[in-house]
Amino acid sequence: MRYLPLNENDRVAMLDVIGAKSIDYLFQDVPEKARLETLVDLPKHQSEQAIERHMAKLSAKSVSAGSVPFFCGAGAYKHHIPATVDHLIQRSEFLTAYTPYQPEISQGTLQALFEFQTQVALLTGMDVANASMYDGSTACAEAVVMAKRVTRKSRAILAPGLHPHYAAATQTLASTLDIQIDERDCRPGRDDHVIDHINDDTACVVVQSPNVFGEIIDLAPIAEKAHKHKALLIAVFTEPVALGAIKSPGEQGADIVVGEGQGLGVGLNFGGPHVGLFACTKKLVRQMPGRLCGETVDANGERGFVLTLSTREQHIRREKATSNICTNSGLCCLAFTIHMSLLGDAGLKRLAALNHEAACHLADVIDGIHGAEVMNESFFNEFTVKLNKPAADVVEALAKKGVLGGVPVSRLTEGNEDLLLVCATETSSEEDIHAFEKALTEVLS
Amino acid sequence: MNNEGRPTTPVAINSNERLTVSGSKGLDQAVNLIFEIGTPRRTGVDLPEPKGRASRLGGQERTGEIGLPGLSEPETMRHYVRLSQKNYAIDLGIYPLGSCTMKHNPRLNEKVARMPGFADVHPLQPTSTVQGALELMHQLSHWLMTLCNMPAVALTPKAGAHGELCGMMAIRARLDADGQSQRRRVLVPESAHGTNPATAVQCGFTVDEIPASGDGRVNLDALREKLKESDDVAGIMLTNPNTCGLFERDIVEIADLIHGAGGYFYCDGANFNALVGRVRPGDLGVDAMHINLHKTFSTPHGGGGPGSGPTVLSDALKDFAPLPFVVKDADGFRLVEHEGGEAEGSFGRMCAFHGQMGMYSRALTYMMSHGSDGLKQATEDAVLNANYIQSSLSDVMTVAFEGTCMHEALFDDRFLKDTGVDTLDFAKAMIDEGYHPMTMYFPLVVHGAMLIEPTESESKGELDRFILTMRSLAERAKAGEAESFKQAPVYAPMRRLDETKAARNPVLRWTPPVEE
Repeated sequence: MRYLPLNENDRVAMLDVIGAKSIDYLFQDVPEKARLETLVDLPKHQSEQAIERHMAKLSAKSVSAGSVPFFCGAGAYKHHIPATVDHLIQRSEFLTAYTPYQPEISQGTLQALFEFQTQVALLTGMDVANASMYDGSTACAEAVVMAKRVTRKSRAILAPGLHPHYAAATQTLASTLDIQIDERDCRPGRDDHVIDHINDDTACVVVQSPNVFGEIIDLAPIAEKAHKHKALLIAVFTEPVALGAIKSPGEQGADIVVGEGQGLGVGLNFGGPHVGLFACTKKLVRQMPGRLCGETVDANGERGFVLTLSTREQHIRREKATSNICTNSGLCCLAFTIHMSLLGDAGLKRLAALNHEAACHLADVIDGIHGAEVMNESFFNEFTVKLNKPAADVVEALAKKGVLGGVPVSRLTEGNEDLLLVCATETSSEEDIHAFEKALTEVLS
Repeated sequence: MNNEGRPTTPVAINSNERLTVSGSKGLDQAVNLIFEIGTPRRTGVDLPEPKGRASRLGGQERTGEIGLPGLSEPETMRHYVRLSQKNYAIDLGIYPLGSCTMKHNPRLNEKVARMPGFADVHPLQPTSTVQGALELMHQLSHWLMTLCNMPAVALTPKAGAHGELCGMMAIRARLDADGQSQRRRVLVPESAHGTNPATAVQCGFTVDEIPASGDGRVNLDALREKLKESDDVAGIMLTNPNTCGLFERDIVEIADLIHGAGGYFYCDGANFNALVGRVRPGDLGVDAMHINLHKTFSTPHGGGGPGSGPTVLSDALKDFAPLPFVVKDADGFRLVEHEGGEAEGSFGRMCAFHGQMGMYSRALTYMMSHGSDGLKQATEDAVLNANYIQSSLSDVMTVAFEGTCMHEALFDDRFLKDTGVDTLDFAKAMIDEGYHPMTMYFPLVVHGAMLIEPTESESKGELDRFILTMRSLAERAKAGEAESFKQAPVYAPMRRLDETKAARNPVLRWTPPVEE
């Protein structure tokens, strides 16, 4: 077996040193009734070539985003990833390292995390960011739990435009922690109403911008009202590239910002792994979940980095920890930070402008199709289309014509059968948009 | 995992090292921060000029500089390659972190994970266009359920601790469905991973610690006492083999006791690498167990993630599994994504999409490569390697508990008594010898713990060199060379770092230097 270096002679010699007659001796503590005498009922080992063939066949059974005109978003976005990114994250020293608990021999990972935290803080307009969470939705759920710790209040308001999966993941975590979540009606054009629901019992109000329908929300008045009632504004985003074009949540008064970082450096991956971003104001940092990297010096007085403030974390605080999280999204956050380093301010803004431009063009095209109407007043690279037929059927029909034409809202939450979410990015070519127009016109007629 | 976590301030050192003008030392290159290299106007990506159409951003345009530095492509490449060279890695040498299973990461996994039908598919494409991806998830489920002899698996948890949350949520949902909502006490051995009590609390349970017995296992009498005439026990969270590297001999009895008391058995699967192909958790009475694909099934640790924690569930819990899940029927594979109907009992959704596809493809590739025979052999080699280390060091270091171990060997610091060297110093001296230290100060039931897990990936030659080094270090410590231990590491890219300073005055991001 190609992954196992020991041979039979080694095994015999080693058993001899241990003083064991056979390998079974080392499993003697296993209760007799639980000892497997035969191999489990699964195929035996296979060559690299055989596995590759099997997997290539499976892969070919799916339609990949890069192979067709593609317009899906709703929390996962298709962008071009520079070749440098994937090469670098496959360096052995990044790929096969553990969590950097031994800082003397982990400065590569640690410095990259420190740079990542700074980039996320700048992007979101916040004081500090952590070393990442599993994904945007779990970051959102953890933020609500954190708000309860900070405010000692337990009522959370989730805006109608919050991604339904984010709301659901938050509900799951909240349900066991005595956090009450207000009923919400996930429909377009209702986010402003959250202001009316904020009162002294409110721990936090969670608002996504651009929201799941693509609409850009003015967060400032919501922050103002929340602060008046000693509640926190948790701002959410699912597309990091948007922050290259729209105001940062920080400059609008957010206390905690959580989001999905996949759009920079990380592929679609059928939904995971992605990378959750988590930022907050300086005064909340000790209530934050997740890993944090900080600057310090070594015994020579040279600048170096370590994981820090770990007294918040499970491996020290056990049942008193701020979260049970024991990982970050390491390689994905490395990919994010490399892509961001390549882009810089100028590149990110241009990328964002190209996305917005492609979406504006697509919106004009779709508005011209009979049976389709763009509902948004504002948007970044994604918007909602009202159709004269159920969106799920339309998407299936489009797929048969070789176009992946967006995400039906009904896929995310029940109701809203006639609404379709459509996304365009810098990868959407003129030909793609034309193909979409032609196919959608045929399907709706 | 590593439970050191104690802030340390290094002793001042007298360095006779000759300083260089550049700050580099030969191949050990000095690295600035990207903020000191790039500028916001520079970029390493060529993008076309936007045409400047009308904006539809609703008056929310971002103005002003964000402050993100851009680097050209060669600068980027050089920055990250230099950084990478300051990291230890499995591909460099033995990484003996107990409880972490740092095994070889096959590159075939990486190749497969990047196939377009897995890597370049959107989670919300019509299911008719992602049949291959769903089939892979279905196959992975089959392998995991078969290896565990369990009737169901929830794939979505995104890491081990997320899997713990999944299992405990399922237990809570089952208890609530049975009108047993008063059951909120969870028993956790004192040797448990920190995630276990943290998870229990995050699910709204209270934690009740069970002491260990003299042989490093659960104290059965104490457990019986905790269960006596109680109707508030929700379950037990137990690692097996436990964090001392020992198989819980009484595990079947423990399962029976907890079931008899009306609770459920959550098994922390962090140490599954000691069991695969030889012992099936389902045969031990387990109700839920997460599987760290990044440990047992070779997906890369990536400097801290991403992980993946599919959680197998028993008949009692399977109806409560989280959304979404894959179902196979006559027309192929589909996803159940909404509450109600066939997901009526589900406790809900744990994350945005379908979990960690990128890890599923790698783990299945690994399992199929090994097959039923190779997986069993890997388990045996992992246990053999750990015992070989334990036996070879037992005369110079102190083995924490008598008898053979499973896949990891636990030592305590009795052998360092009166030497002036502690576990931390010993670990740092290993760095100078070219080894990543073992897990230290964990489990907490042993003083100055050193937990060594070599995995099956090490050859006998590599183990012999490691053993020789460890023996020599132990002998040097006893010979009174404490001072050199205190100075270690000397040959790493950095000397010991001041963790106390980092925590006392946290600097968590770069800020521009103040101009004078």
